[in-house]
Amino acid sequence: MLLLHIGKPFNLRKEILGKKMRGKGSSSSKISTLIVDDDPLTRRIHKVLLTKVGLETQAVENGKEAVDLYRSGASFDLILMDLEMPIMDGPKATKELRAMGVQSMIVGVTARDLEVEKQMFMASGLDDCYVKPLTTDTVTALVEKLNKDN
Amino acid sequence: MGKTVRGQWHREILSSPSLSLSPMGGWQRNKGWSHSVTFTRMERNPLQRQVAYMRRSLFDQGYLDEQFVQLEDLQDDANPNFVEEIVTLFYTDSARLIHNIEQALESRPLDFIRLDDYMHQFKGSSSSIGAKKVKNECTQFREHCSARSAEGCVRTFQQVKQEHTILRRKLETYFQLARQAGLAN
Repeated sequence: MLLLHIGKPFNLRKEILGKKMRGKGSSSSKISTLIVDDDPLTRRIHKVLLTKVGLETQAVENGKEAVDLYRSGASFDLILMDLEMPIMDGPKATKELRAMGVQSMIVGVTARDLEVEKQMFMASGLDDCYVKPLTTDTVTALVEKLNKDN
Repeated sequence: MGKTVRGQWHREILSSPSLSLSPMGGWQRNKGWSHSVTFTRMERNPLQRQVAYMRRSLFDQGYLDEQFVQLEDLQDDANPNFVEEIVTLFYTDSARLIHNIEQALESRPLDFIRLDDYMHQFKGSSSSIGAKKVKNECTQFREHCSARSAEGCVRTFQQVKQEHTILRRKLETYFQLARQAGLAN
């Protein structure tokens, strides 16, 4: 016998999570996310995961591409930033984005589980840091925090 | 509540149906409400039972962990072959990493930092698909890198490759059988 927990209906939860915060000045009704990761496997998993909970997604392969996107005028509500990437890594890209005045929620995702490495990454300006790949529960919590903070 | 009938179990759902048998051999949540359900084994054809048994074995024997279930949960009408797609992507990417590690193991003296970096990537990818035994062997390899043990690295790398190959064969068989079960259904 298998007992499943009672949860919110999936489609209702999707609507709550996907709804953008008010006052952001964007005409889009969906929360936008930028996936910054050099690993194609992680990019694909996170893209499907975020889309499934109702978020808009875009992906780039390294920190420099993320910084260049912001320099070109793009903006995202949530950035998932990998730690180790070629050209420009996560900490450097995060520092640069914060120096540019970017206030988007930036969440570090890393395969490294050592606390000292996560703290180092956090010190670059992250809002939070998780071991990848993210789970549905983690993304749900992130988006609820995003909505609550705004 | 549903009654069990000898030789044939049936599913009793407390509210609207939220589960159906996935062609992949497990249970999948249908779109819509998720409710508490109690259910007993549904009657399935032999192929579906075989797929379910094979899936169960992969977990029970330690080849796969919870992350594989996370991937299954992401599979839906929009991404109907998502799990197989991710596994295929893993094996394509890991072939590159294996080649890099093999080359690095041939250089003298061994660059343990580079080896550790490659294996870190390999371990990360293995974790992404829930490849539990492969991931564990990756951890062993990295411990030998930390200890700067060339013999240890060479030996454990063989084990990494072995588990990597074993899992690929098992998953290929599993996906093939699941496709047949899906068609048969």
